[in-house]
Parts: sequence; C-alpha cells; structure tokens
Amino acid sequence: MSIIAKLVPGKAVYIMELETLLLSRIQFAANISFHILFPTITIALGWVLLFFKLRYNRTGEERWMEAYRFWVKIFALSFAMGVVSGITMSFQFGTNWPGFMETVGNIAGPLLAYEIMTAFFLEAVFLGIMLFGFSRVPNWVHTMATFLVAFGTMMSAFWIIVLNSWMHTPQGFEMIDGVAYATDWSAIIFNPSMPYRFAHMVLASFLTVSFLIAGVSAFRWLIGGRTEGVRVALRTAVFAAAVLIPVQIVLGDMHGLNTKEYQPAKVAAMEGHWETSGNVPLILFALPDDEARENRFEIGIPNLASFILTHTWDGEIKGLNEFVTEDGEVLHPRVAPVFWSFRVMVGTGLLMLLISWTASYMILRRKRGVEGLPKPMLYALVGMSFSGWLATLAGWYTTEIGRQPWLVQGVMTTKQAVADVPAPMVLSTLIAYLVVYALLLGAYIYVIFYLARKVSRGEEIGTRIAPTPNAGPKAVPAE
Amino acid sequence: MNYFGDPTIWLPFVFAGLMGVSILIYVVLDGFDLGVGVLFPFADDEEKDRMIASIGPFWDANETWLVLAVGLLLVAFPSAHGAILTALYLPVAIMLIGLILRGVAFEFRAKAPAPHKHLWNNAFFAGSLMTSLSQGFMLGMYVMGLEWTLAHAAFGMLTAVFLTVGYSFIGATWVIHKTDEGLQRKAVDWAKGGIWGLVLGIGAISLATPFVSTRIFDKWFSWPEALYLSPLPILSALLVFWLWSMLRKMPFAGDKRSWLPFAAATALWVMAFAGMAYSFYPFVVPDQITIYEAASAPESLFIILIGTCIVLPTIMAYTVLSYTIFRGKATELRYD
Ligand code: HDD
Ligand code: HEM
Ligand code: HEM
Repeated sequence: MSIIAKLVPGKAVYIMELETLLLSRIQFAANISFHILFPTITIALGWVLLFFKLRYNRTGEERWMEAYRFWVKIFALSFAMGVVSGITMSFQFGTNWPGFMETVGNIAGPLLAYEIMTAFFLEAVFLGIMLFGFSRVPNWVHTMATFLVAFGTMMSAFWIIVLNSWMHTPQGFEMIDGVAYATDWSAIIFNPSMPYRFAHMVLASFLTVSFLIAGVSAFRWLIGGRTEGVRVALRTAVFAAAVLIPVQIVLGDMHGLNTKEYQPAKVAAMEGHWETSGNVPLILFALPDDEARENRFEIGIPNLASFILTHTWDGEIKGLNEFVTEDGEVLHPRVAPVFWSFRVMVGTGLLMLLISWTASYMILRRKRGVEGLPKPMLYALVGMSFSGWLATLAGWYTTEIGRQPWLVQGVMTTKQAVADVPAPMVLSTLIAYLVVYALLLGAYIYVIFYLARKVSRGEEIGTRIAPTPNAGPKAVPAE
Repeated sequence: MNYFGDPTIWLPFVFAGLMGVSILIYVVLDGFDLGVGVLFPFADDEEKDRMIASIGPFWDANETWLVLAVGLLLVAFPSAHGAILTALYLPVAIMLIGLILRGVAFEFRAKAPAPHKHLWNNAFFAGSLMTSLSQGFMLGMYVMGLEWTLAHAAFGMLTAVFLTVGYSFIGATWVIHKTDEGLQRKAVDWAKGGIWGLVLGIGAISLATPFVSTRIFDKWFSWPEALYLSPLPILSALLVFWLWSMLRKMPFAGDKRSWLPFAAATALWVMAFAGMAYSFYPFVVPDQITIYEAASAPESLFIILIGTCIVLPTIMAYTVLSYTIFRGKATELRYD
C-alpha cells in the first residue's frame, strides 16, 4: 500500500482510508462467513438430535440412539467452532466498526444484550449437561437439556436476525444529532423484513442439516456401514429435505416481494435490471458491467421477472439507474456479485429440489426403502453434503452486498462506520484469520468423514473426550 | 423511572458494576481453564486427558462471561468500547485467535485420528498461552492509559507474563480440587510456583498505577482514604501467606479441604479487582472518558436492565446447577 501511496502522491490519504475500509469489509465478510457456517448446522441439528432422542424415549429402539450418538459428536464439534468464531464477531464491532455502535448503539445494544443473556448462556451451560451428563442426570433432565440447547440456538438466531433485519428495514426510531434513539420497541423487533428473514434462515439451517445427514449417511452406506442407525438417518434426512425445499422456495419468493417494497435497489441488482420498464425478462445468464452500466451476453425468458415480482406479465420494475443521484453518486450496490450470488442460491435450491424428490421417489417406490437408492444417487447425495452451506452463503451475500453502500438502510453508510486503524494492521490480522480458518475448515470436514469411516468399520469412536483407561477406577465417583 | 433519582447518574453506575462483576467472574472462571491449558506441557498424556476432563463441561459457559463483559461495554458505553478496542486492535486479534485454537482443540483432540492428537494438544496449549498473554498485555496497557509507547509496551509484556503465571496458579488450584494422587501432587507443586506470578503481578500493578496517574495516587495516599483502604493490601498479604503455608502441607489426609486453595485464590482475585475498580472509577477509558460521558441513552439502558434483573439470577442458578452436576473428581468424560 505504500507503493500505491508513492504512485499517486496527491491521493495517498484518500487511498489509505479506502484501503482500511475495503480490508475491514473483507475481514468482516471473512469472519461472518466462517461463523455462519456453524450456526447453520447447530440451529437445526439441535432439534434433530432432540427428535432422535424423543423417538428413542418413545420406542426404545436402539437405532435412534445409534443415530443420536453419532450426530451428537458432529454437533459438539460444530458448536465449538460456532462459539469461538462468534466470540470473534462480538469483538469486531469495536475493533473495526466503532461508528456503527456510536450511531445506532441505542438500538443494536439492547438487542445484542438480550441475545447474550437469553440465548448464549442457555446454550453454553446446558451444552455441558447435554454432552457429558447422560450418565449423571435422570433421562428426563438430559432430554430437557437437549431441548434447552436447541431452543437457545434458535433464540440467538432470532435476536441477531432481528438486528440484522432492522439494519435492512429500519423503523421505530428517531435521529437526534446523528444518533438513533428508539421510540417503539415492538416496531424495531417486528420490522418488515424480520419474519421473512428469520423463517428463511431457519429453513436454510434445516435444509443444510438434512443434506449433511443424508450425504454423510450415504457415504457410510456406500463404504459398507449399513446399520439400522444409518438407514433411519438417511431416510429421515431425505424426506425432510423433500418436504422443506418447496416451502423454502415459496418463502424465498415472498421474501423477494418484501425486498422489492423496501429495498428496490437490491432487487434491481438481483435481476440485473438497469432501466425502469415493464415486460421485464427473467435473466438466466448475463455479465453485468458496472462501468458501462449494462449487461453483456444477456439470455433471458421474456416477461417472467415482471410476473414473479408483480404477478402481472407486463408489470413495471424499477431499474438501477433510478438510484444514481444528480451529481453522479451511486446509491446501489455493485451489480455483478449480487446478481451472481442470487443465481447460485436459487440454482442450488432447484438442485436440492431435484435431488431430494428423486431420492424420495426411489425410496418410496414399491416400498424398497434405502436399498432402492442406486449408486449414482448415493454419490449425488454425498456430493450434496455441503450444498446447504453454498446456498446459505450465497443468500447472505445477496442480502448483505445488496444493501451496500448502506450499512443501515437510508441511515448510515458503511464508510461512516469504519475504524481508522492503519490498513497494514488490518491486512495482517486478515491474513492470520484466513490461515486459521482455512486450516480449521479443512480439519472439520476431514474429521466428519474420518468419524464416518471409523464408525463404519465398527470401531467405537471418541465417545469420550478423555479416553483414559485407568482414570476410571482411580477416580473417586461423584460424591 | 425517576424513583431512584437521576437515571443518567445511577444507570451508568449500575452498568459499570455489572460489567465489573462479569469481568471478575470471567477472570476467575476462564482464568482457571486457561491456566489448565498453560500447564499442559508439564503433564503426561494420561494426565492431560484428566485435566481436560476437569474443565470439559464448563469452558464454554466460562467464556460466555467474556462475551457478556464485552457486550455490556458495547451496549452500555459504546464510545468507550470503540476507543478501547481500536487502541488494543492487535492484542485483541491475538487473543481471539488463541481462543479459537483452544476452543476447537477440545473437540478435535478427542475426535481426530490418534496420530494427530498431540498436534491438537499443542494447539490447546498454544491457544491458552496466546489468550493469557494477550489479556495480560491488554491489562498492562489499560493501566498505562492505552497509549502505545515503548515503556508502556514493556510494562504490558511484564503484566502479560504475570497474568499468565497467575492464571496457571488458579488453574493448578482447580486441578488440586478436581483430581487425586500423582496429578494432584503435581498440581500442588505447580500452585507453589504459580503463586509468585500472582504476587508479582498484583504488586507491579499496585505500584505502577499511582505513579502513572496523580489522580490515582491521591485516591490511595490521602488521609483518611488510606486508612479505609488499608485492609485490602493487608488482607491480601495474609491470604498469600496462608495459602503458601497450606500448599506446603497439601494434599491433606482423606483429601480434606481440597477446595480451599481455589477458594483462597478466588478471594485474592476479588481483592485485586476491587483495588483496580477503586483506582479507575469513574473512568472507563483511563483519565479520558468517564462512565457518565460514555453511557448510552437511559431509555435503552433501562430496557436492558429490566431483562438483566430477570435473567442474571437465572443464569447464576443454572450455572450452579451445572457445577453441582459435575462436582467431584474428574472422571473420564463420556457422551453416554
Ligand atoms: C442465524 C444465526 C446467527 C447469526 C446470523 C449470527 N450468529 Fe452468532 N451464533 C449463533 C447464531 C448466529 C448460534 C447458533 O447461536 C451460535 C453458533 C453455535 C453456538 O454456540 O451458538 C452462535 C455463537 C455466537 C457467539 C458465542 C456464544 C457463546 O459464547 O456461547 C457469539 C459471541 C456470537 N455468536 C456473536 C454473533 C455476532 C456478533 C453476529 C453478527 C454480526 C452473529 N453472531 C451472527
Ligand atoms: C450470518 C450471515 C451473514 C453473512 C454471511 C454476512 C455477510 C456479509 C458480507 C459478505 C458483507 C460485506 C458486504 C460488502 O462489503 O460488500 C457484510 C457486511 C456487513 N454485515 Fe453482514 N452478514 C451476515 C449477518 C450479519 C449480521 C447478523 C449482522 C449484524 C447484526 C451483520 C452486519 C454487517 C455489517 C455491520 C456489515 C458492514 C461491514 C461490511 O460492509 O463489510 N451481518 N455481511
Ligand atoms: C430457490 C428458491 C429461493 C428463492 C426464490 C430465495 C429467495 C431469497 C431472496 C429474495 C433473498 C434476499 C432477501 C433480501 O432481500 O435480503 C434470500 C436470502 C437468503 N437465502 Fe434464499 N431463496 C431461495 C433458496 C434458498 C435456499 C435453498 C437456501 C439455503 C439452504 C437459502 C438461504 C438464504 C439465506 C441464508 C439468505 C440470507 C438471509 C435472508 O435475507 O433471509 N435460500 N433468498
């Protein structure tokens, strides 16, 4: 960056500012992207474990417990990853975005405080009991702890999404001397995009977990671990995905209509639609060019976008050119990333629909059960193991990049919030985070499949954190 | 809302108190599990497993107190939060990476293939060390007024080492309580070494603070304040002396009173903390921003306070429940 400063001496200070902003944005995006991978798994997996546990309590069948025992390990691992990356998130506001809390702290503060108090402690304390308390507490207490952990993750998702949605569709506040003051808490909490975003995210979590369970179970099935536990997990996951994906698609459509009302610039970017007009085609492929302000190589289906967004074939949709002010300031996001991440999400969603419905059909056909799945289908399921991550990240990228240049829609821009930390410092921490994240992500995926292989060979896997053969007899039992 | 007088006065005070309590609970609770991590290289493989087992069910909830403390700073004193965390940008990043490494190592060391286990043991140790050192460094820098000069950074390095040794001391007292036989005897030795870190650390900070700031000097060394405050150093000295003589005789027959060193260590922590709090009040950024200047709008603080009054006792209750369920000597940790 000092090289750049030398090349364009007059603009050095401006460029330094810009680089701190850019690097801080990349760092925030890297941290939250890494973080969200794990909540996406834990939010739904907690409920799935509760389901396995309740089935076991009800039927006494060993296969439910077998499924529980395997997946609780993946849960513990994901939870630990979620907690440590979440702690990083809570420091980010201060280290990189002090302007955010100084401007909207009166609103963001209570929401974050309620998240910590009602959700984080609940999860963290009962997690210990859920993981290690099985033989120490009565069965119903253990079931209750499992429930509270699942409930806690859901609560924390609720509060953080309330805050995030408020940043997209703010209401219930007034600005005095550039600082936001709350006037109506129920308007803040139940802001217009919150119900859609919360429902869409929770479903995204359940879909991610369904495909993860289906994928890992298919993998175990393929390498010969054909136990009853694998069978029920695979069936349950495939059916759950098949039921949930159409709901998600309908919800996504409603979410988009809501966005069209409150953040039309974002929708225009998702559609790659530059000039306000009717009869808008649904663009399947294009290379949006932000400099020339037009699409290249556009392929689309006539009138379909008008129909989806206005429910009439010739409905008018606002174009991006509406969001450029007289003096040329651009108040819409860069188009290409929004346009493409939206297509990745929808594309993944459609693929999920195809695969889960085909697989369900094969399982149900002449009541063949899991045996009815041919090899290519099993491979396809293994390949889809992390498809939920892909769609979730793409969805968040659509949402968040689509909000730029605003940080809080219409209230403050991202540039106003950034800390003036020297760019090289941000760069060094960014590199450190990226290295750690890459290593951990590799280790995480590796360990999941390692555990699957190990359990398929019939070996007992780390049921204990401390596999110490002689600690048992020596240790004094709980008094 | 005006029952107790002016809310712009008492609300910031209450929140500063809540934040202080969270930090205190954090340094005691996460202090012991960080300390256990710092002591890792001194234990053999089987002892390592038992040490992990002694903190396994607790570490996550312990760390949540840090989230609460930073959260309260964030929500109650937003401008101070920005000022402190941007000033401490690098040590915070090092701490976070340390927390990440040790947090995931808990899980990975139990699940990764056996040949990788020692790698994750090392990650657990390195992460605990990074976290403790950077917290100690931040403490030193904070005491020095958050200004980056060579002398201040040097003082920060010193407090980094002292706090790390102090954490390993409280970690050792935890191991004394949660284990027996060989490991317990080892932990007694660790505690005997670690106590000096604590003494030096408290000493260094107590000596340094009054000289950095005349304001703090006047608060401690004027009459009659000096008299009211004298129990603090005197009691601390007595406690250290008592701990030392007790540790020399431990473990007691029949494992009696194995919890005493931990309790005494906690008491020491509380007193050191009380001294710090007295020195810095009413400032949240030393000698720059007071809690009253930095506080959020009273309406917002009030909303949080209502929740806190209901939720905090509940949190305390189920924390106690969890420690009760996992009381006694650490046995192997099993998922079933
Ligand atoms: C939709 C869900 C969601 C989203 C968008 C976020 N989180 Fe998160 N977070 C969770 C859902 C979650 C969770 C499911 O509740 C986690 C993951 C695993 C866990 O332990 O709790 C969690 C953990 C977690 C923790 C650790 C809690 C503990 O100590 O137990 C912190 C401090 C944060 N998060 C903070 C944040 C911040 C500051 C975010 C945004 C900027 C954020 N999270 C986005
Ligand atoms: C959990 C899923 C989330 C993902 C994957 C995500 C992703 C992103 C991305 C990619 C950006 C960068 C956009 C850009 O700079 O072009 C961003 C910005 C931002 N997001 Fe999110 N976000 C998520 C949730 C949240 C939540 C819950 C909050 C707050 C409560 C939040 C607050 C912010 C802030 C403050 C920025 C501004 C910094 C920036 O522009 O980089 N995000 N997010
Ligand atoms: C296939 C049909 C789908 C449609 C039409 C759709 C629609 C949308 C829309 C319009 C947004 C942007 C909301 C905004 O304006 O901020 C969005 C965001 C998002 N999508 Fe989708 N979606 C679909 C499938 C999926 C799938 C399969 C997943 C994950 C498994 C997913 C996960 C997300 C997430 C996590 C977000 C960001 C959070 C939010 O704003 O709700 N979506 N989706």
